[in-house]
Amino acid sequence: MNTSFDFEKPIAELLQQIEKVKQVEEKTKVDMSATLAELQEKLESAKKEVYSNPSGWQKVQISRHPDRPYTLQYIEMICDDFIEMHGDRTVKDDKAIVGGFGSINGRTVMIIGHQKGTNTKLRQYRNFGMANPEGYRKALRLMKLAEKFNKPVVTLIDTPGAYPGLEAEERGQGEAIARNLLEMSVLKVPVLCFVVGEGASGGALGIGIGDRVYMFENTWYSVISPESCSSILWRSWDFKEKAADCLKLTSENMYSNKLIDGIIPEPLGGAHYDPAAMAETLKAKIVEDLDALCSRDIDELINERIEKFCAMGVVQEG
Amino acid sequence: MAWFKREKKGIITSTEEKKEAPDGIWNKCPNCKKPLHYAEQVENKYVCHYCGYQLRIGSKEYFSILFDDNDFTELFPNLRSGDPLEFVDTKPYKDRLEENYAKTGLNDAIRSGHGKINGQDLVIACMDFNFIGGSMGSVVGEKIARSIDYCIEHRVPFLMISKSGGARMMEAAFSLMQMAKTSAKLALLSKAKIPYISLLTDPTTGGVTASYAMLGDINISEPGALIGFAGPRVIKETIKKDLPKGFQTAEFVLEHGFLDFIVDRREMKAKLSSFLKMMAN
Ligand SMILES: [Zn+2]
Repeated sequence: MNTSFDFEKPIAELLQQIEKVKQVEEKTKVDMSATLAELQEKLESAKKEVYSNPSGWQKVQISRHPDRPYTLQYIEMICDDFIEMHGDRTVKDDKAIVGGFGSINGRTVMIIGHQKGTNTKLRQYRNFGMANPEGYRKALRLMKLAEKFNKPVVTLIDTPGAYPGLEAEERGQGEAIARNLLEMSVLKVPVLCFVVGEGASGGALGIGIGDRVYMFENTWYSVISPESCSSILWRSWDFKEKAADCLKLTSENMYSNKLIDGIIPEPLGGAHYDPAAMAETLKAKIVEDLDALCSRDIDELINERIEKFCAMGVVQEG
Repeated sequence: MAWFKREKKGIITSTEEKKEAPDGIWNKCPNCKKPLHYAEQVENKYVCHYCGYQLRIGSKEYFSILFDDNDFTELFPNLRSGDPLEFVDTKPYKDRLEENYAKTGLNDAIRSGHGKINGQDLVIACMDFNFIGGSMGSVVGEKIARSIDYCIEHRVPFLMISKSGGARMMEAAFSLMQMAKTSAKLALLSKAKIPYISLLTDPTTGGVTASYAMLGDINISEPGALIGFAGPRVIKETIKKDLPKGFQTAEFVLEHGFLDFIVDRREMKAKLSSFLKMMAN
């Protein structure tokens, strides 16, 4: 693991020790397997300790881990075949949102998701997963295409927000997101949404209206990032941990507030520890849900979808 | 008096201006700085008669400008916010709400009413900026949702007057989901083929722009209104460049194709009723 957070220090130290012992073993040809086994055991219990109850802020950090799988990697792992499609047919192809038809266990599914880059150059290329209006319009074009051919839609959400740029405003960032909210709420095919990393505000919601909305265990979803929340409410960046708590942005919080339909468990420590196992869990959930939803009456499903979102909110009748 | 609460096209009145208007009778135009008499402002639909600046007003003023004889039935007037997250920043959200109830006499940042404009039925939901910056929380979302249900049931056109800094952070994800809720309801209104007019007033930003405000059968605005998704400060920090003059004004948004027209508040009622008449005939 290349990147570790402060709270992961015990784990990082043990990993280092294990590495060292292995090197010694290599050099001296002395059998160190007993020591290694002991360290391995310590590592497992340290992991359990560290990851058993991460705070909101810790989950935010895990959700941003650069080794976490992104949409295209999931697609590669869960699809037998995939044809990526590009462009919004109006302005350009947004690299921060990808999509196309994929085949999962022989069933054709439209998969759309935010895409972050895996190295410095690609991160720029993908605009850090921050879509412009073209991205949301590409997503909508692909969803309409799926609707036309009666294929279900799966979205993978992982964005630090819709891009707050000059051109984004000129080309109607607000309108693009708004249009998706409206269209997705009445899309005539089943829609599954998964927050696989960061779920920042309208940029996430813009591909996040579905019959089932799930969060991966170590992700966050809220109206604003803890950093921005801190800077606005406390006028300082120093309250991000407190903000993360206040916002109740973890998968557990969101589920207990009935704002999502379920939590997808991650491998211990996070999706990046075992991407293949993570993808397997994701695939199983998609298959299970589509088996159940694709046979449902679509108008009934749409009504339930609308009703679900309309029930969100807490008001008092004075 | 909402126009009392800002500086030059901004949000907060300077103390100097307040001193000059201790009894609220006189007020300075935030744009041209000329003194305005209260009665003249009412007469002139809260538009500066020197420079045409559209003063920032609330639901009370919009209802009085638009509804015939200021006669309307208020819809769902008693909805108030819960505090589902027990949110505390520099002060508890509950206290913030109490302060705003006391300060504004409002129950939240939106009111909705059913009345007539030039004899034609219309439901107007209008946001109030002086209630926590016109922020969109559960009450705003719920009142819009119920107003839309009402419009569908009674087959009455819907006018949404937006004026908001965006989401209400103290309701976090609950606030976010109001975008989904209102947009879903608007899909139903659209299916029922009932006209929806979205009037975006100064300022309309954030999650409000990215949901109901941009979804009108027609989107309209007033001269000079600030309309955008991201706030100008955030954009400036992101692109590290000064923003062009007139960026995110109603005129800019019209030019880029996201508004149908801009109408001076003094012509608003006539223009709205002629649109409604065309839809009805
Ligand atoms: Zn003036």
